Amino acid sequence: MNMREIPVKKVGRAAVVTSLGFLIAILGNLFIPQVAELKIEQYQWGPFLFDLNSFYRTVLGGIILIYLIAGVLAVWKPERRPKFVKQQWFRFAMGIVLLAYDIAGTKLRITPQPFFPGPAEVLKTFMDDGPYLMQNTLYSLRLFAVGFGIGIVLGLVTGVIIGWFPKAYYWLYPVIRITGVIPAVAWMPFALTIFPNAFSSAVFLMAICSWFPIASQTAFGIQTTEKSQFEAARTLGAKNSYLVFHVAIPHAMPQIFNGIQSACGNSFTFLVIAEMMGQPGGLGYYINISKIWAIYGQVFAAIVVMAILFSVIIAVLNEIKAYVLRWQKGTFV
Amino acid sequence: MSDSIIEIRNVNRVYALEDHPLDEASGVQALRDINLKVKRGEFLSIIGPSGCGKTTLLRLIGGLDEPQAGDLLMDGEKIKGPDPKRGYVFQQGSLFPWLTVENNIAAGLRARGVYRQYKAQVSKFIHMVGLDGFEKSYPHQISGGMAQRVAIARALINDPEVLLLDEPMGALDSFTRADIQDKLLEIHREDHKTMILVTHDVDEAIYLSDRIVIMTPRPGKIHEIVNVRLPERRERTSNDFLELRKDIMKRFHSASAEGSGVDMAAYI
Repeated sequence: MNMREIPVKKVGRAAVVTSLGFLIAILGNLFIPQVAELKIEQYQWGPFLFDLNSFYRTVLGGIILIYLIAGVLAVWKPERRPKFVKQQWFRFAMGIVLLAYDIAGTKLRITPQPFFPGPAEVLKTFMDDGPYLMQNTLYSLRLFAVGFGIGIVLGLVTGVIIGWFPKAYYWLYPVIRITGVIPAVAWMPFALTIFPNAFSSAVFLMAICSWFPIASQTAFGIQTTEKSQFEAARTLGAKNSYLVFHVAIPHAMPQIFNGIQSACGNSFTFLVIAEMMGQPGGLGYYINISKIWAIYGQVFAAIVVMAILFSVIIAVLNEIKAYVLRWQKGTFV
Repeated sequence: MSDSIIEIRNVNRVYALEDHPLDEASGVQALRDINLKVKRGEFLSIIGPSGCGKTTLLRLIGGLDEPQAGDLLMDGEKIKGPDPKRGYVFQQGSLFPWLTVENNIAAGLRARGVYRQYKAQVSKFIHMVGLDGFEKSYPHQISGGMAQRVAIARALINDPEVLLLDEPMGALDSFTRADIQDKLLEIHREDHKTMILVTHDVDEAIYLSDRIVIMTPRPGKIHEIVNVRLPERRERTSNDFLELRKDIMKRFHSASAEGSGVDMAAYI
C-alpha cells in the first residue's frame, strides 16, 4: 500500500519543526517588551492566577503538547506519519504568524484598534467571559442539533418517497425544486409570525434549508439504482420493502451523505444569521452584542469557537460517512 | 409430476423501438414462436450469437420479463414474476457492493425473512464455492471470478429447483472460466438441480450440457436442439468432444444462413 514507511527520525524532526514555531511565539511573547500602553489584569482560574500573556503562552504550550502527542501517535502508527511530516512547515508557519500578530496586535498595537486586538486579548475572553461564551456555544449547538436533525429526517423521508414513487416525483419534485432554491433567510418574516418563539422559528428555517439538498440527493441516489440490482434482489425473493430498504437506500448512501454535507454547510450559515437577527442566545448573538460593546476580542473568540465547533462537526460527519461507506473504500483511490 | 420442469409454449416477445408505439411491424422481434421443454435435473445450454434473444428467453423463464404471447410454465403453473424457486446468476456486477461476501450470500435468506433459521447455511455455501477467509471482504476487493462464485452461492442458498445462468463466465479469463465450469458441474452432480445456461461459447456448452439449444437471430428462434451424447466426465481434447464441436459449428453455420444474413463465422 504505502510506497515506503517514513522513518522515525523524520517524524522526530517534524515534531521539532512543528514545536519550534510555537516555541518561538512563546519566547517572543515572553521577552519582547510591551511597547504600547495596555492594562494587564490578573485573573483567577481555579488555583491558577493568569494574566493575558501567561494565559496565551499556556495555550501555545498546550498546542505544542497536542502536536507532540500526535507525533508520538505517528511513531506508533506508521500510517499517520505522512500527514504529520507533510504538515510540519505549515505548523511552523502558524507559530511565526502568531508571533507577528502578537507583536503587531499586543506589543506595539499598530493594528487598527479596537478592531484587531492581539491574540492574547482574544484569548482573554475565555478567562473573563468564559462561562457566558460557553452558554452561548451550547445554545448554538442545541439550535443546530434540533434544526439540522429535523432537516435530515424530513429530507430522508421525502427523498425516499420522491425517489421511489414516480407519482410522488411528478407532483412533489417541482415543489422542491422551486422552494429549494429560495435561501432560507427569505422565509424569516413568515417563520417569525407563525412560530410561537424565536427558537422554534429558527429550527423551522434550519430544517427547511437542510431539507432541500438532502431530499434531492436522496431521491437522485434512489433513482439511479441499477435495474439489475433490483432484479437480482427480486430473483432472491425480495419484496418491495426489501428493495427500498436494502437495495435502493444503501445504493443512495453516497448521495445521501453528499446531501447531508452540503446541508451542514447551509445550516452553519443560517445558524449564525438567525442568531444575529433575533435569537436570545448563541454564538451569532454573542458576536452581535460584543460588537455593540466594541469588544472585538470577544468577536474573534466567538469566531475561534465557531471554527473549532464546525470543524469538529464536519470531522464527525466525515468519520460517520467513512464508516457507513466503508464498502466503497479503495474504489476511488 | 411430469419429467419436464419448465414448459415454454409459443412464446413471442417484441420490443418497442424508441419513440414508437409497440406493434409487430415497427418493433424488434426478440423471440418468435419459442417452444421448449426443459427436463427435470438436466443441464441445458442455450447458444447463439449476440442479439438472438437467448438472454431474453432466460429473463422470461426467470420471470423478469413477460411475453406478449404464449405461456411459460413451471411445474404446470404459470410463471408470474421472479421466484426464489428459480435462482438467477447474472452477467457480471450484480452483487450488492455495500454487502460483504457473506452478507451477499445471505441476502436471499434475509429477503425471504428466513435468515434466523438458515444462518448456518451461509458458511456452508461460502465453503462450497471455496471462499473461506473472504467472508468479510467487499465485492470491490475480490476478483471477477470470485465475485461470480459469490453470485452462484447467493442464488443457490435459496435452494432453487432451477438455476438460471446468464453468461456468468462471459467476462472471465479462460482459467477462471474452466474453474467455475467445474464448480458448476460438481454442484449439478451433487444435487441434480435443473440448470439452464445461456452462453456464446460452444466449448462451454458441450463441456457442461446434456442438451444444447441453438438459436438464430432476428427474429430469435430455436434452430435446433442437440443431444450431447458424451460421458459424464468430459475431456475437452477427446476425439468425441472435438467431433461434436465440429458438428455443432456446422449447424451453427447453417443456422446463420437461415437467419438474416449475419456472418456467423464472426462469432465462432
